[in-house]
Amino acid sequence: MAERVFRVFRGTRERGELVDYRVEASEGMVVLDALHSIQARQAPDLAVRWNCKAGKCGSCSAEVNGSPRLTCMTRVDDFPANEPITVTPMQAFPVIKDLVTDVSWNYEVARRIPPFRARSPDFPDGSWRIYPYEVERAQEFRKCIECFLCQDVCHVLRTHGKHAEFMGPAFLVRAAAYETHPLDVEERSSYLKDEGGIGYCNITKCCTEVCPESIQITDNAIIPLKERVVTRHYDPLLKLVRRIARH
Amino acid sequence: MQASATLLQERRLGETLRRDRWWAAPLSVALGLALFGGYATWAIFQGTNYFADPYLSPFYSPCLSSSCPGEVRLLGFDWWRFSPAVLIMWVILGFRGTCYYYRKAYYRAYFIDPPACAVGEHRGHRYQGETAFPLILQNSHRYFILPSLIILGFLWYDTLRAFLFSDGFGIGVGTLILLVNVVLLSGYAFGCHSLRHLAGGGVDCFSCARFGGARYRLWRGVSFLNRKHALWAWVSLIVVCLTDLYVRLVASGVVSDPRIL
Repeated sequence: MAERVFRVFRGTRERGELVDYRVEASEGMVVLDALHSIQARQAPDLAVRWNCKAGKCGSCSAEVNGSPRLTCMTRVDDFPANEPITVTPMQAFPVIKDLVTDVSWNYEVARRIPPFRARSPDFPDGSWRIYPYEVERAQEFRKCIECFLCQDVCHVLRTHGKHAEFMGPAFLVRAAAYETHPLDVEERSSYLKDEGGIGYCNITKCCTEVCPESIQITDNAIIPLKERVVTRHYDPLLKLVRRIARH
Repeated sequence: MQASATLLQERRLGETLRRDRWWAAPLSVALGLALFGGYATWAIFQGTNYFADPYLSPFYSPCLSSSCPGEVRLLGFDWWRFSPAVLIMWVILGFRGTCYYYRKAYYRAYFIDPPACAVGEHRGHRYQGETAFPLILQNSHRYFILPSLIILGFLWYDTLRAFLFSDGFGIGVGTLILLVNVVLLSGYAFGCHSLRHLAGGGVDCFSCARFGGARYRLWRGVSFLNRKHALWAWVSLIVVCLTDLYVRLVASGVVSDPRIL
């Protein structure tokens, strides 16, 4: 058992510092275990949000050595033994205390997305016919655990602070889940272009890199949505075709 | 929204708590794009040593000006006074320049916006992403697909032609190089994100759409290639430059093309 140094952010949005804690590292220990050990033995007032410890609830999101990660899925032995491990809160959201951030903005964004609207039923009994291969695409997006690591790493939010203009990758995934569903008939491209600000995404793929569920956010959600927006709003040839078709 | 604690904000370019070599990827991409992009630009403007029968450099196909050798001349524009490759370079530049993968690559490597994930960038500019001119023009990517596929068709024709030597059917080292090149370019072009959308990505309900089954199969095929689009983009870029270099060396007599068959 080796002793490891954890450099943990302590404080609030206005004032804070990085404090060193020494923790006995055991085999298979994850960063969240170390934080619990600190909380139990050295700093009972350390604020950490967590729940399942299995990488499925998305509660323990933070930044370990500067990279957004789930602390319950980040092994201590992944880092060099002779260096401290820095644990800080997500940068894209306001700190409440220590490692806990206020992520309520995300829920407001989620509420604004035009909801799922099914087409008229295919059969008199009110049911539809859909095939497994058709829902395959949308299934990938349902894996999202709402850890908001993708929101945190997205430089549009993190660095440029475009929270008012851009919905962020997590909710582009949500929109893609609706948009690619075979029953959905809602038109969201105007929302995505204007309120959702999909054009702010410059597809640098950081969201995909940090997703703990390995959702191909950029390739399978954002770019297909961008293409739908192009079809609807930017493609002059298709605009002409639609205009001719109307007359 | 005010973001995180002041202490943690990445204010300056390159400021980060990351301790890995985050700068290695953007630096490699910047050097790679400069090297191969620079070579391609140089080769396009040369206008000489691009044809060594039966090999035609991929940068010069289709060869449209009157200065092209008779064996590969098409249309023969006599009003064009510059390198024939310049006539078609807009297609290649447009397709690669607006490609979703290359956008990521040069936004990170050259625009440093951001240089890497969770790394500070310069904050002096008003960030607009792809919502305003000029980057809004990136939305034109789909318009480069058709001309690119037409050029790809010519490249396949050139590859088949590379099996026909003056003494009949044969295979030279150049034939194999041209074949590998066109396969890689096809893998890159047919894995395009915009093509994926046009093939079936824009369809919600395949079983309800006209030709839905065929479009689904097509979408699956493009999606398969799309999974490694970045790899196809890099390998095809490197090999297309090496193919031009090989043809150039053979055409200028620096090396002779060994016949395998």
